[in-house]
Amino acid sequence: MPMIEIKDVSKAYGAFQVLRHCTTSVDKGEVVVVCGPSGSGKSTLIKTVNGLEPFQTGNIIVDGVSLADKATDLPKLRARVGMVFQNFELFPHLSIVDNLCLAQQKVLGRDRPAAEAKAHALLARVGLPEQADKFPGQLSGGQQQRVAIARALAMDPIAMLFDEPTSALDPEMVSEVLDVMVALAKEGMTMMVVTHEMGFARKVADRVIFMDKGEIVEDAKKADFFGNTRNPRAQAFLSKILQH
Amino acid sequence: MGGFDFDVIQRSLPYLFYEGMAFTLQLTLIATLGGVALGTVLALMRLSGQGALAGFANAYTTLFRSLPLVLVIFWCYFLLPYIGAWLTGADRPIKVGAFNSTVITFTLFEAAFFAEIMRAGIQSIPRGQAAAGYALGLTYSQVMGRIVLPQAFRNMLPVLLTQTIVLFQDTSLVYVISLTDFLGAASKIAQRDGRLVEMYVFAALVYFVISFALSQLVRTLQARFAVKR
Ligand SMILES: Nc1ncnc2c1ncn2[C@@H]1O[C@H](COP(=O)(O)OP(=O)(O)O)[C@@H](O)[C@H]1O
Ligand SMILES: [Mg+2]
Repeated sequence: MPMIEIKDVSKAYGAFQVLRHCTTSVDKGEVVVVCGPSGSGKSTLIKTVNGLEPFQTGNIIVDGVSLADKATDLPKLRARVGMVFQNFELFPHLSIVDNLCLAQQKVLGRDRPAAEAKAHALLARVGLPEQADKFPGQLSGGQQQRVAIARALAMDPIAMLFDEPTSALDPEMVSEVLDVMVALAKEGMTMMVVTHEMGFARKVADRVIFMDKGEIVEDAKKADFFGNTRNPRAQAFLSKILQH
Repeated sequence: MGGFDFDVIQRSLPYLFYEGMAFTLQLTLIATLGGVALGTVLALMRLSGQGALAGFANAYTTLFRSLPLVLVIFWCYFLLPYIGAWLTGADRPIKVGAFNSTVITFTLFEAAFFAEIMRAGIQSIPRGQAAAGYALGLTYSQVMGRIVLPQAFRNMLPVLLTQTIVLFQDTSLVYVISLTDFLGAASKIAQRDGRLVEMYVFAALVYFVISFALSQLVRTLQARFAVKR
C-alpha cells in the first residue's frame, strides 16, 4: 500500500481549473520530485496532500487516511506529515528552540524537557547546534530553511512535503539545504519535493513528475525521465532549465 | 479675583486625583482591556469567512463608528436597565448604576475601534504563517493564539496605545450622566471657587503630561517589540 495515494484529483477556482485529474502515488521510502512551469499547479497539488488546499473531486489517501472523508481529523493527519515552505515560515516572534517545541508540546503533548532534547538533537542534525536561542530574523535564509526542516522533523513525520524549498534562497545557500534533504532521503524518508533542482532529482529521486496546466503529463522513473522523456512539453521544459 | 491662585489647586489635589483621576484611569484601563478582548473577537469573526459572523461583526463596527460617543453614553445609560431586564427575564428594569453603565458603554464602543485595529494587524501577518501552523497539526485556536495574534498585537501595539490615549481623553464625556472624572472634578472646583482659569489650565497640563508620557512609551515599545523578520 502506498504511503500517499492521489486519485483523480481535480480542483478549480471558479472557472479556472488548477488541477485536472491528477493521479499518482508515493511509496514508503520513495522520493518523488515534482517539476513544471510556474503556475502549473505544483504548490496546489502538494498542499492538497496535507489538506491545506481542499479539492473538489477525487481522493487522497495518506497512510490509509482518506482526505475526502469529511470526518477525517485534519490537524491529526497534518501532525504526521511534515511540510517545508518556499519562504521558510518560521515564527519570527519565537526563538529557534520555541519554533521547534511549540507543536511538539501543543500537538503531541510532549513535556518541555523532551521537546527541547528533540529540538537540540535535530538542530545538531541540520548543522545548527549553536543557534537554539536566537530568533529567526538573526539567521540567514539557508539557516532558516534548515531550522524549518528540523521543525517539521520534530513531529516524527511519516512523510515530508517540500514546496520549492530552495527557490527563495541566495545561490550560495542552496547546497546547505539540499545537503540536509539528500541526507534525509538516504535515511529512507518518504518525500514529495517540488523543485527545479535537477541535480537533487538525479541524486536521490526515485521518480519525477512533470506538471503542466494543472495536469500530470509525465510520471516516470528517474532514469526514464532524464534518459528519454517522450513528452514534448517535458522535453522543452528540461532543456530550458538544464541550460542554466 | 486677583492673580493666578496656586493655592486652590493645591487644596483640591486630593479630590482631583483620588476621586477624579482615579475614576478616569479605572475607566480607561477597564475599557481598554475589555475593548481589546472584544475587539479581537470581532476581528476574528470579521475574518472568519463565515457569512453570518462576518456580517454581525461588520454591522457592529459600522454602527458604533458612526455614532458620537456622547450619544452612546446617553442611550446606554437609559437603555441598559431594560436590556438587562430582557436578558435576565426580570419583570422590571434592573439596576445597572452610572459607573457600570459607563464601563459597559466604553468597552462596547472602544471594541469597534480596537476591532478595526486588530483586523489590520491580523491581515498584516503573511498567510504562510498560519499555513505553517496548520501544517504542524495546530488547531485554529492554537494558530491564532500562538502564532497570528501575538504577532498582530506586537505590530499594532503603537496604534492600540494611541487609541488608548484617545480613550483616556474621551472619558471626560461622562459628565453627561453626571459622573465625575478628572475634568469633571476640576470643573466643579472651578465653578465653586470661581477659579476657572487656574483649574482649566491645570487640567490641561495634567492631560498633556499623561498623554505625552504615554505617547513616549509608545515609541519606546515600538522599538523594543517590533518583530524582526
Ligand atoms: N486562491 C487562488 N485563487 C485563484 N487562483 C489561484 C489561487 N491560488 C493559486 N491560483 C492559481 O492556480 C495556478 C496554480 O498555482 P500554483 O499551484 O501555485 O502553481 P505552481 O506552484 O506550479 O507555480 C496559478 O495559475 C495560480 O495563479
Ligand atoms: Mg509554487
